[in-house]
Amino acid sequence: MRVDLELDCRGMLCPLPVIELGKRYAEVPVGGLVAVVATDVAARTDVPAWCRMRGQEYVGEDAADDGSPRYVVRRIS
Amino acid sequence: MRKAAAYLDSASSEPLHPAARETLLAAYDRGYADPRRLHGAGRDARLLLDNARAVVAECLEVRPDEVTFTPSGTSAVHRGLLGLRRSGTLAPSPIAYSAVEHSAVVHAATWAGDAVELPVDRLGRVDPASIPGDAGVVALQSANHEVGTLQPVSDLDVAVPLFVDACASMGRLPLPRGWDAVAGSAHKWGGPAGVGVLLVRKGTRWVNPFPGDDRIDERASGFENVPAALAAAAALRAVVTERDEVNARQSALVDRIRTAAAQIPDVEVVGDPVDRLPHLVTFSCLYVDGEALVTELDRRGYGVASGSACTASTLTPSRVLEAMGVLTHGNVRVSLTRDTTEADVDGFLAVLPEVVRDIRAEAGL
Repeated sequence: MRVDLELDCRGMLCPLPVIELGKRYAEVPVGGLVAVVATDVAARTDVPAWCRMRGQEYVGEDAADDGSPRYVVRRIS
Repeated sequence: MRKAAAYLDSASSEPLHPAARETLLAAYDRGYADPRRLHGAGRDARLLLDNARAVVAECLEVRPDEVTFTPSGTSAVHRGLLGLRRSGTLAPSPIAYSAVEHSAVVHAATWAGDAVELPVDRLGRVDPASIPGDAGVVALQSANHEVGTLQPVSDLDVAVPLFVDACASMGRLPLPRGWDAVAGSAHKWGGPAGVGVLLVRKGTRWVNPFPGDDRIDERASGFENVPAALAAAAALRAVVTERDEVNARQSALVDRIRTAAAQIPDVEVVGDPVDRLPHLVTFSCLYVDGEALVTELDRRGYGVASGSACTASTLTPSRVLEAMGVLTHGNVRVSLTRDTTEADVDGFLAVLPEVVRDIRAEAGL
């Protein structure tokens, strides 16, 4: 999946990946995609929960080039 | 200066009930002997043990011969669940358990082998329709220990044995219907630690999953802690007697916490707002490390628990929160003791917003 911004959160423990997402998602235009690459398993729950709480759209999970889990978000507002 | 502490973690362990303390001290003088022995001291211990069993049975509205004292709630869970499992066919079919069960249930189910996890909704409630037809035993908690949501145990219509982990609700709420075995834990209702309660329904096929012992009660193992069992029974009687008043008071205070916490930006209160345990509530604060939150609240005198596992000790997030699909970080569980006052809750709610704000500010948010 082509994304507008990929955040490298490998090795970060929760809540750091979500903090990174919260700080930087607005760098993409509304409708754009942000991906969080995170090795901490909590991100699998926390990124979709962040989307729900912040009114953004959770697109789904795929893998980064090195196979690390990547969570993709669409900026809605 | 550190303020007088308000302990808000009764779901981990309730302070000893005054009724239990008196009983415990008295029973240490009278209940030390082996209740199987025929001498006077043995008969005394036996009398106290039988009395403890009778009181627990009365409080839980079960038969005395359905009550076994175990060394812990965990032990009651293991014995209860695995004993039902052993009663199955030669090739046992899987244990189906809800994804939000206490880890004692999960460990027992996976240790036994074949196990199936039942999903829950956003409130943490299991859908009875999700129980697979080939399940050999079903394990479902009476209420969730982290978020308080009550489970539809009484509505289950299963043909297989039903194990109910009632550790979070025992004493506070009547038992649900339909169980074959139940586990409870005395220190969660204000009894001493080291006493679990296992109930096995009369007529249920239950086979000891562990080596047997030669006690008065065939399901028990090890020398009975008679004084503690009696104290647990005394606490249970007091809690059951007081629960209408205590539950109403606690439930109103929890409503207050739910409302106030939800007003803090980016805080989500989780679990069922209505069909829930009276004394506990959990909420999650976005962008906040749960451990930092617990530490900062403790510095201000408030002892709370967190299901978040952000930092080093364990890297796995709370299974309960994960299964519900709610934020696993920044999580706080507040659980009231029988003595928690309105002033304690107001004091906690007064410091909470600034604690959350400060931790977020440190993270640059």
